Amino acid sequence: MPSWIRIHVYADLRLLACCPAVDIARFDMSDACTAILKADSHRSALRRNAVSYFLMNNSGLPFHDSPKSYVSGQSAIMSNFQADTVATIASTLENTGVVRSIGNTPLVRLHRLERHLGLPASIEIHLKIEWVNPGGSIKDRTALSIIQAAIAAGDLDRGQTLIDATSGNTGIAYAMLGAALEIPVTLVVPGSASEERKRTLAAYGAHVVYSDPYEGSDGAIRLVRDLVTDRDHNYFYADQYNNQANAVAHYTTTGPEIWDQTSGRLTHFVAALGTTGTLMGAGGFFRHRGTVELIGVQPAEAFHGIEGLKHLPTAIVPGIFDPSLPDRIEGVDTEEAFDAARALARIEGYFAGSSTGANLAAAARLGSELASKGQPACIVAVGCDGGSRYLSTGLWELN
Amino acid sequence: MADEAGITVLIPTPLRRFTDGDAKVTMAGASVGEVLDSLERAYPGIGERLRDDSGQIRRFVNVFVNGQNVRDRDGVDTSLSEGDEVGIIPAMAGGSRV
Ligand SMILES: Cc1ncc(COP(=O)(O)O)c(C=O)c1O
Repeated sequence: MPSWIRIHVYADLRLLACCPAVDIARFDMSDACTAILKADSHRSALRRNAVSYFLMNNSGLPFHDSPKSYVSGQSAIMSNFQADTVATIASTLENTGVVRSIGNTPLVRLHRLERHLGLPASIEIHLKIEWVNPGGSIKDRTALSIIQAAIAAGDLDRGQTLIDATSGNTGIAYAMLGAALEIPVTLVVPGSASEERKRTLAAYGAHVVYSDPYEGSDGAIRLVRDLVTDRDHNYFYADQYNNQANAVAHYTTTGPEIWDQTSGRLTHFVAALGTTGTLMGAGGFFRHRGTVELIGVQPAEAFHGIEGLKHLPTAIVPGIFDPSLPDRIEGVDTEEAFDAARALARIEGYFAGSSTGANLAAAARLGSELASKGQPACIVAVGCDGGSRYLSTGLWELN
Repeated sequence: MADEAGITVLIPTPLRRFTDGDAKVTMAGASVGEVLDSLERAYPGIGERLRDDSGQIRRFVNVFVNGQNVRDRDGVDTSLSEGDEVGIIPAMAGGSRV
């Protein structure tokens, strides 16, 4: 006989009990999240995540469809779920080394870069160092969240193969977690992927299918959609572009970490747009806490070389993207992003990739704009991945 | 003038708005540079996406001749002959060959 869990949220917004009972709870999403975060002192971060995924992923809830609804604080009915499933997932995941080392990344202030840009001391630029995650990028959070949610919802059973389209980092994260959790992984990657990327995926034992290099990341999406219709294969299509668990990762981890690390002083959040999960999730969390301006960063041109990013006007728009959430979307040229990544390495000694460069270029512009208005600011830019992932590309070409 | 060769050029999706949606076009030229010049004449605006002010291929662009990156050959001076295939790909994830 499975036991059931009741999550009960009282008026003082505290998560009080996870007890065996057959029940349906009525709760407010934003309050439930606050409560879960407060409960952090007596449960590990992972356990907290496992529970929050349930809150956000039970089908039939309005917040399942739109990132907007799960951050808007409306009431929802949560359905039942099985305690033994939760316990199994939580203990398997908690005992897995790589899982334990995902998240809780440093936030560093870029004093030297601020001075180099000529910004006054009232303008702070901070960088969230995501390349210290075990898979080397912010996408470890996404992949973990998607896998947790899928196992919890019963969409990913033992023996099933996880499949997705990815230009790189998410694929590396799936491959890493697949190895550690014994989940077979198949990735559809544009054929133009670099040698180091191909070898990294092979090192983790993932199966890789290459899509037409001339079709880019949208070509990989189209190919994976064809592959999953093949009924001979038992695939779980992770679908990071349309899977709400992607944004949830940032709502429950990236956002709260930054909020704590800035002691709630955050005024501007700058995140590059790929699947848009980072901006939707962390941005959604901040929207709830105070007046934080949310800035999305995309390549200025359709033809660009900023790994992981999408030029939204010409690309397949991710299903998790809610255009009403960002306060603005800044365009950054590839060359400008490369120059900013190079400046970061030379001025601060942080070796990051081109999308981090794009975020910093946008943060620098914003800083100057606010300084000219005499406005103070605490800007946080996302440091999506590290520079060594791009050694064979033009980003670090010697000249 | 060098022999004008018929060179197939493969166009990536984000540049097809210049080529009326064509994924493959035929251009004349005895070197990669000449083919890129022809491309610009046929489809004004495409050239500056591919090359910087000094005429070099932009850092984030990879140009392949029969699958080999021209950076490993003679860059824009790489010579071409009839039937060669030139591919253009943004160097999103690097890539030394296709
Ligand atoms: C290097 C890099 N930067 C930025 C992003 C964008 O993050 P998101 O998908 O959360 O929008 C990605 C995601 O694919 C990435 O790989």
